[in-house]
Amino acid sequence: MTTPMVKFDNVTKRYGSLTVLDSLNLEIAPNEKVAIIGPSGSGKTTVLRMLMTLERINDGVIYVDGEPLTHMERNGGLVPADERHLRRVRGNIGMVFQHFNLFPHMSALKNCMEAPIHVLGLPRREAEERAAELLDMVGLGDKKNHYPSQLSGGQQQRVAIARALAMRPKVMLFDEVTSALDPELVGEVLQVIRRLAKEHSLTMLMVTHQMGFAKEFADRVCFFHSGKIAEQGAPEAIFNNPQEERTRQFLSAVLEAG
Amino acid sequence: MQLRPLAICAIVFFTAGLAVASFANFREFIPGLLQGAWITVQITVGGCILAVVAALLAAVAKMYGPLPLRWLAVAYIEVFRGTSALVQLFWLFFVLPHFGINLEPMSVAIAALGLNVGAYGAEVVRGAISAVPRGQWEASVALNMPRILALRRIILPQAFVAMIPPWGNLFIELLKATALVSLITISDLAFKAQQMNQTTFRTVEIFSIVLVMYLAISIVITVGMRTLETVAARGMARGR
Repeated sequence: MTTPMVKFDNVTKRYGSLTVLDSLNLEIAPNEKVAIIGPSGSGKTTVLRMLMTLERINDGVIYVDGEPLTHMERNGGLVPADERHLRRVRGNIGMVFQHFNLFPHMSALKNCMEAPIHVLGLPRREAEERAAELLDMVGLGDKKNHYPSQLSGGQQQRVAIARALAMRPKVMLFDEVTSALDPELVGEVLQVIRRLAKEHSLTMLMVTHQMGFAKEFADRVCFFHSGKIAEQGAPEAIFNNPQEERTRQFLSAVLEAG
Repeated sequence: MQLRPLAICAIVFFTAGLAVASFANFREFIPGLLQGAWITVQITVGGCILAVVAALLAAVAKMYGPLPLRWLAVAYIEVFRGTSALVQLFWLFFVLPHFGINLEPMSVAIAALGLNVGAYGAEVVRGAISAVPRGQWEASVALNMPRILALRRIILPQAFVAMIPPWGNLFIELLKATALVSLITISDLAFKAQQMNQTTFRTVEIFSIVLVMYLAISIVITVGMRTLETVAARGMARGR
């Protein structure tokens, strides 16, 4: 059996007295594409944010590629990770945000070069070549000197995807990446993700409200409800034949809204 | 907004009118006053540079530094904001020599005014840094940047744009506060004016010219900061 690329081992996240995630256990195989769906407040975005180390976890351990992310091994036991360990393991993960979060004072190209140069230590030439290649791949080769404010939402999000890929992550996280877009711009972003899934061997986790896309894109769909995985399985099983009442209710509500 | 240039013109013409109306050959005062103005400009420029450096260091130390550094920054800000600039000037000039530290009057002037304005500036810097959207920090984490790198390359350049207008105000405050240095033996513009007034009693001409000179320097600061703001904001709408 292969080592899971990502593993949540009894992970709990609380905000004060509110438990957002309750002893989550989840294993994701290398190259697997997982869609996370569920009502708001079900903890689905928190899963991605914990994996990106944007949120601390209260209990449990997260493993990335067999190595603990939130902890490190010390004298045979696990202790909370220090900054150095965190940075080393975190380098495997890339994330695309709902609101893009591009750097507004840098051109599209510079956005994609900044971290490769200053974090990976690539020579400027090489970083620029790679950034240009990635912008070409997301269909923005002609816009590389544009600033984020000169780009549409869909274009900005495609730059954000290129920027994350420039760090060569093994795992890509997509946090409701089309939710802030005008409807007519959603397609171009999904098209890029579709290509990515086909052409690259990336493990992908996607929180989404696009049920149609989740269905065609994912190997597995996880339905979250009140901090737990209420149901998971192949997309056909979840969407065509959900076993749980809560899943049925959620799906019918979402599909009705169109 | 329309009132400002009008008011400036009114003041300029009023003072110029007064000077002319006194039928004096007021030109004879100008070389001496310009000497004083040059000293004032030097102190202003030096003080402003020191203020910006001190404010950046204090703000970053207060926000992200380890505990002892944080205390140090808070102490600096509170002491220099909470006491009079004149007392700070006297303290550096008259008290430090008792501890064996003798500084040039010009150094004291720049240090006292720079540190004083820097304490106010620290809050300006802090506000501008906190106003950078959290998503920018999160994107930096997602790109695996160390915190100092993110601060230097991502956060501060964006905060910079927001802090330019308040810095313009502080620089003008500093310019006006330079008049205090005449009390520690420096022949700045205010000192020259008093000196000439005592020997010639041509009060109207002298102080009118001095007024115009201070105003001219502050207009240069205002215009300079506005230009800087336009340049810094070019091509960049503030992101989220």
